[in-house]
Amino acid sequence: MNMHAQPQRTLAETALIDAFGERLSLLPGDGAVMVKRDDAIEAIKHGLPTRRVESWHYTDLRRLLTKVPAFEAGAVVKALAPILEGSAVLPVLNGVSSAKAPEIEGVTVQRLSEKLTDGSVAPGLGPYGSDDAIGALNTAFVADGYFVDIADGAELEKPVELQNLQAGGQSHVRLLTRVGAGAKAVIVERQAGEGDEALVSSVSQLVVGDGAEVTWLIVQEQPETATHLAQFKAHIGKDAKLTLFVMNAGGNLVRQEVVVRTTGEGADFKLRGINLLAGDTHTDTTMVLDHAVPHTTSTEVIRNVVTGKARGVFQGRINVHQYAQKTNAKMACNTLLLSDDGEFSTKPELEIFADDVVCGHGATVTEIDHNHLFYLMARGIDEKSARGLLVKAFVAEVIEELDDEALVEALEERLDGWFSTHG
Amino acid sequence: MLEIKNLHARIVDDGTEIIRGLNLTVKAGEVAAIMGPNGSGKSTLSYILAGREDYEVTEGDILYNGQSILEMDPAERATAGIFLAFQYPMEIPGVATMEFLKVAMNEQRKARGEEPLKVPEFLKRVKEAAASLSMDMNMLKRPLNVGFSGGEKKRAEILQMKLLEPTLCVLDETDSGLDIDALKIVSDGVNALRSPERAIVVITHYQRLLEHIVPDSVHVLYKGQVIKSGDKSLALDLEANGYAGVIGEAA
Repeated sequence: MNMHAQPQRTLAETALIDAFGERLSLLPGDGAVMVKRDDAIEAIKHGLPTRRVESWHYTDLRRLLTKVPAFEAGAVVKALAPILEGSAVLPVLNGVSSAKAPEIEGVTVQRLSEKLTDGSVAPGLGPYGSDDAIGALNTAFVADGYFVDIADGAELEKPVELQNLQAGGQSHVRLLTRVGAGAKAVIVERQAGEGDEALVSSVSQLVVGDGAEVTWLIVQEQPETATHLAQFKAHIGKDAKLTLFVMNAGGNLVRQEVVVRTTGEGADFKLRGINLLAGDTHTDTTMVLDHAVPHTTSTEVIRNVVTGKARGVFQGRINVHQYAQKTNAKMACNTLLLSDDGEFSTKPELEIFADDVVCGHGATVTEIDHNHLFYLMARGIDEKSARGLLVKAFVAEVIEELDDEALVEALEERLDGWFSTHG
Repeated sequence: MLEIKNLHARIVDDGTEIIRGLNLTVKAGEVAAIMGPNGSGKSTLSYILAGREDYEVTEGDILYNGQSILEMDPAERATAGIFLAFQYPMEIPGVATMEFLKVAMNEQRKARGEEPLKVPEFLKRVKEAAASLSMDMNMLKRPLNVGFSGGEKKRAEILQMKLLEPTLCVLDETDSGLDIDALKIVSDGVNALRSPERAIVVITHYQRLLEHIVPDSVHVLYKGQVIKSGDKSLALDLEANGYAGVIGEAA
């Protein structure tokens, strides 16, 4: 493409390429998987994306990814109690799935390492585009995870909680889920850890069958020593509904990509997101939504609280394809900026090729409403508590929209946990 | 209980002087009505009493039980027993009304060195107060004032006043937006709070409210000053003849 010599590799790029060489013999996969891995490491050899790559403009990964820890975790890590009581827990601990996954009626669970070894997941491994650094990193190194298959018509009584936990080191995990036609499920994707520096890549791929209803909660509470690079990709079938809730409340360098496509008429997608940002951290939520067929709907609401020196990013791109008439899509991103040193960048994009659609977006950045603060204080609530109430209210509004008391309570508990350490 | 001495105050943003040498004394047990035409400074006075930061006192003092309150923030004034029933209560999305009531009551108790209320006792008090104001408990499950009608908001203000048991109540145009039935309920609520230890300042445009909450004293506010004080007959006189006569006299 150009005549320039490759710029010198960064320490992180070199470390990743070296690690691949050392690690290769330990990674599961048949010939087809290995070809994918080779392609992926080639992409990394071309360099991590910089701000000159449009989709990475606000998160210059090449500059921000400064350290790559060794593979081995610092310590043993144990599965956590699920955030929703009674959930079936599928843990991935330090990058390794459990050999004795719980029995769940209507659900078939397989370890991803087995599906890599037999090559059955090879066709689904990326990367998918030249800017798909997370896909590339994950494809090169993915060692385990789960494949969860929910049978047609199965209505899960209890939620399934996928836990990806690490105690330092590197873990590269893939979580594949198929929800059969007409099935109903609540799935929690828990991303957390403790201890030393960590590099986590986690890719979730979900297929929502025709008429199925899925609520998927991503709860990311990594320690401030973790780099968390995640992708959530979904296809939503005919008359199917997907509600995706993303809560980012941790991590040092975080990028959560959400890539969703409506594939059948009547499909509905809701994205609700909360970014609780503190310390000297960088958190990027990037969504690409394709309304690919007629008569599909979506709403996206993202609320951000920025404290300390935290930097946040939301990029939301909605593509309405030429034949996707009667699309109805609305996107909003609201930020409460509580610190002079914090920042939040929002980039909404609508690309519309159909002519009979309703699409809109809005973004606001505000401070605490002084009228509200005065009202609460005039009732005897001191300034600190009043501010706390208002900040929590700002994000709790999004949670309360979930319309499921158990979910709302569980998430508000996570929220309280964050406020008690950062409030 | 309340002594306002030669008070001068202006809007911080643009320096406009709104209160220009206001004097007013309200004793414990007294119900004082403050009346006046639009723009005379009535609502501003209520905000200054509550400690809103948009206004700056440039001269004079406000004494509450003999102590100046000018250096106190709104929360400190509230815990000291000053309550403002807002003309336009704020809608606060995301803050559940019950949660807000509990926090407010317990913060005030904490400031007075009392134990927080146990949940059953808290619920009992709220239920009783709501019933006395013909309020539906379901309303209190909603976010604070969100989606409340004008009348519901005013009732919610009086509900808070009952629960917080202040000693100085300032009611800013509590009658606006109320129909006759709601006016009666709200007035009964206020009258139930009349006591020898409590002072009530009723700010209103109209005599109508004063038929239900009968004042001990009536003060006419004009251009940021009290230009005339009297008993309840002054309110009737204003209703019959308008403010022009009183303003003419003072000028």
